[in-house]
Amino acid sequence: MSLIPAALATATGLGVAGAAAGLVLPQRGRGAVVGVLTAGVGVAGGASGVAALGGSRWSAEIPGLLPLAGTHFAVDALSGLFMAVAGAVVAAVAVYGVGYVAGHGAHGFGSRAAQALLPLFALTLVLVPAAASVSTFLLLWELMALTSLLLVMAEHRARASVREAAVWYAVMTHLGLVLLLAGLSVYASQAGGETFAALRVGTAAMSPTVRGLVFVLTATAFASKAGLVPLHAWLPRAHPEAPSAVSALMSAAMVNLGVYGLVRVGFDLLGGGPAWWWLLVMAMGGLSAVYGILQAAMASDLKRLLAYSTSENMGLVVLGVGAAGLFAHAGDKVLAGLALAAALLHVVNHSAFKSLLFGAAGSVLRATGERNLDLLGGLRARMPITAGLFALGALGAVALPPGNGFISEWLLLQSMIHGLAVPGVTTAIVLPLAVAVIALSAGLAAAVFVKALGVGFFARPRTEQAAAAQESPLLMLAGMGLLAALCTALALVPGLLGDGLDRAVAVVGFAGTHPVSGGGLRVRLDEVSASLSPLWVVAALTVALGAVTATTRWASRRQRRRMNARLWDCGGGAPTPRMAYTATSFAEPLQRVFDDVLAPEQDVDVTPVRESAYLVERVAFRNRVPDRIEHRLYRPVLDFLAAAGQSARRLAGGSVHTYLGYGFFGLVALLVVLVVGW
Amino acid sequence: MNTVGYAAIVLQVGAVVAGAPLLTGLMRQTRARLEGRAGAGVLQPWRDVRKLLRKEPITPIGTGPAFRWAPPLLVATSLVLAVLVPLVSTDTPVRARADLILVVSLLALGTLALALAGLDTGTAFGGMGASREMTIAALVEPTILVAVFALSIPAGSTNLPVIVAGAADQPARLTSPAGLLAIAALAVAVLAESGRLPVDNPSTHLELTMVHEAMVLEYAGPDLALVEFGAQLRLAVLLGLLASLFAPWGIATGASLTAVLLALLLVVLKVTVLGMALAAAEVFWAKLRLFRVPELLAGSFLLALLAVTASYFLGTEGGAR
Repeated sequence: MSLIPAALATATGLGVAGAAAGLVLPQRGRGAVVGVLTAGVGVAGGASGVAALGGSRWSAEIPGLLPLAGTHFAVDALSGLFMAVAGAVVAAVAVYGVGYVAGHGAHGFGSRAAQALLPLFALTLVLVPAAASVSTFLLLWELMALTSLLLVMAEHRARASVREAAVWYAVMTHLGLVLLLAGLSVYASQAGGETFAALRVGTAAMSPTVRGLVFVLTATAFASKAGLVPLHAWLPRAHPEAPSAVSALMSAAMVNLGVYGLVRVGFDLLGGGPAWWWLLVMAMGGLSAVYGILQAAMASDLKRLLAYSTSENMGLVVLGVGAAGLFAHAGDKVLAGLALAAALLHVVNHSAFKSLLFGAAGSVLRATGERNLDLLGGLRARMPITAGLFALGALGAVALPPGNGFISEWLLLQSMIHGLAVPGVTTAIVLPLAVAVIALSAGLAAAVFVKALGVGFFARPRTEQAAAAQESPLLMLAGMGLLAALCTALALVPGLLGDGLDRAVAVVGFAGTHPVSGGGLRVRLDEVSASLSPLWVVAALTVALGAVTATTRWASRRQRRRMNARLWDCGGGAPTPRMAYTATSFAEPLQRVFDDVLAPEQDVDVTPVRESAYLVERVAFRNRVPDRIEHRLYRPVLDFLAAAGQSARRLAGGSVHTYLGYGFFGLVALLVVLVVGW
Repeated sequence: MNTVGYAAIVLQVGAVVAGAPLLTGLMRQTRARLEGRAGAGVLQPWRDVRKLLRKEPITPIGTGPAFRWAPPLLVATSLVLAVLVPLVSTDTPVRARADLILVVSLLALGTLALALAGLDTGTAFGGMGASREMTIAALVEPTILVAVFALSIPAGSTNLPVIVAGAADQPARLTSPAGLLAIAALAVAVLAESGRLPVDNPSTHLELTMVHEAMVLEYAGPDLALVEFGAQLRLAVLLGLLASLFAPWGIATGASLTAVLLALLLVVLKVTVLGMALAAAEVFWAKLRLFRVPELLAGSFLLALLAVTASYFLGTEGGAR
């Protein structure tokens, strides 16, 4: 019972010590010490999360820590799940970070500021789910946003795009904070207390309108943190521009907390709500899933591709959360429990494979200085371990057996398919569409990761940087190895989560269905059943693979020696790497199919020679797939604000007399209003 | 466990392995005869396999493990499918594991392995084929899973033997609007998954049109034998799956050896008829332009969606909703 507070205190101590070490220590050894302390934060936070998943609970009030409100903490299985995920990711990424920082010198990720902020960011990731009052939650939430923002800016000297990304992230995360602050303030004032316990009690007396307002405000804020379309604009900017270790933490641990907030406020505090809440959530999730993966399919930048894939996976998770809300509203707590369990399992799986993928992308970036898939290639021969680890992560991301993503998507599909048992026309229309969305996003994810792996790592190098790539240092590989082990364990024995998943679901009052147990998954409801055994699939595939290779060897026993031969070159000389398909050309058919959705921009400039218009001197072709939603939604607002700012500049002419005049007239106007209004 | 169940699996896998090349041979022969050619005979695919297996294995320079392991993996996934899909009996030791979503995912895994191999060669053809194949695969996925959804509604499960046994019990399920729509949608998806006309032409080597053949252009010798064998296995299993879902009559549901043998005979007959019908139809079909394929798939997706809503709105007697 006393494990949770002890572990959380340890995590806090290590986090603060890490921050101090990052500030004080000289560059030599700074990375290692900070890395070890950050890993300690992860281990301690993860341990408290695992203890909570195991059934322990803890809550405490520390009055003196903050003025006025004090701080409140409470850890239950739902917080525990997110703490355990964040802790595991933090621990592995910290190990990775030690290797990553070694080659970085005193600037960027290796700087004093960045190294001091990393343990603090890790600490907030672990602590946010433990907060149990509005003020504590908001404080930690903002601390997390600020530390991550500063970490995103770590490499601002190297690229201008980092500064742009940081501005986007800063603005959007703070707009999210404003919404969250507004929503939770309304909630706390209406409920008559600001601790989560008081909110829970106060909900019953609130009018549906206020509850709806609170939900919409907070859900929007959480959706923006989770990177859901259309509030995603910061994510594909900030995640690629951050140092890769930070990208991994943001994409695998921070976005999860948006889901946590949605579940905590929507289910636990507000106690569920009418169907339109959850249809709204499902719409947002479905849109993110398809739009995110489509943009990922178009992306040539490896880290941008991974960032959009985060948007997609969070969309799938939120789709499951929305379905759970819909089922709960209809009174089917069992199905709601199944859908929520599937969503939470996908959170766990996504964190495992996405942090691994970002780690591998960071290795590639470190080895080649290049994120553009069109300029990579041939890395599997030069960085075999990294390539293998990336392949393992990609297997999880494509949601095919025997990857870990398949397991949670299977469970999600099962919950949707069985959800038709809930009566009502709404479910009959929404659920098939949700299944289609999951299927389409899974299919496109396969194309996306075939592209990332096949173009980025296979074939031959397209540039000298790619040809000169070298394998990453041992510590980076070790960090990724931990994550790979986690992916494999989740893929083969999802039962490792044990009853934790059920306990987390039970926190919000849904029935546990024990979907995962031992080596398999089982869905057992009143009239329906389904089961999946990942271990059996792997065993069957291995046996079949062995049988096939053995038979082939036996059948072709007279020709044992493999011969090397040139690629078929159509008689035109050996094909050069420039002839190979690039990421852009790979995505072209999909771009054409989804032309109306993506609205790509293409320019062809034909320059004829001076003497004749019929002889072409040069042809330039440009193809760009801008983020259409961002383009249509954000650009007008930004343009309006810029125009307003420009026109307001005329008021500030620089003359002190004018400014004094403004003050005088302002005061008079105020007095007039007061006199007339009174 | 029951020996008959094991015997059913062994017989089924044996029949699929031995029969898949014959099915392809039969389809080619049917086509040749309808086009007024003599044809190479039904046994030609087996002769091709034997010839290719005797040639020396060749690794094109610059390719890696993905290229080497894709063909065995393709065949392995098809073999696991041949074990899982209930063709002759619904009462096998693996019946609890034969989940329809798993079956669909294993198919996709084979496709993905070959696409990676195509990219691994680093030639324009390999990339072209991989890109086209993954585009089609991505677009087929919604159709298949929504059709799976529709099929699973009356049975209350995505478990294949349960669906098939339920349909064998109550043939009315198949003739309901939902059943017919789902089958039509699934049939189009099967054409796309197995790379047949009008989605892909397995006998073309024209740059503009080839999809599957472009991916595997660099394979030779035993590797090519595996690739072709894998494709034949997939076709046989998919047609068998269609036969089991659409015409489950005669499939063994108990532990009787004679029933299993009879079912084996029947399923061979059903798949033969399906294959010949497909081959005959292909004589009259032209391959769709690649960028018209999405329209076909969108149409089949609509059918699948209608199947789900139909089964909901038209009520489902005799099944758990």
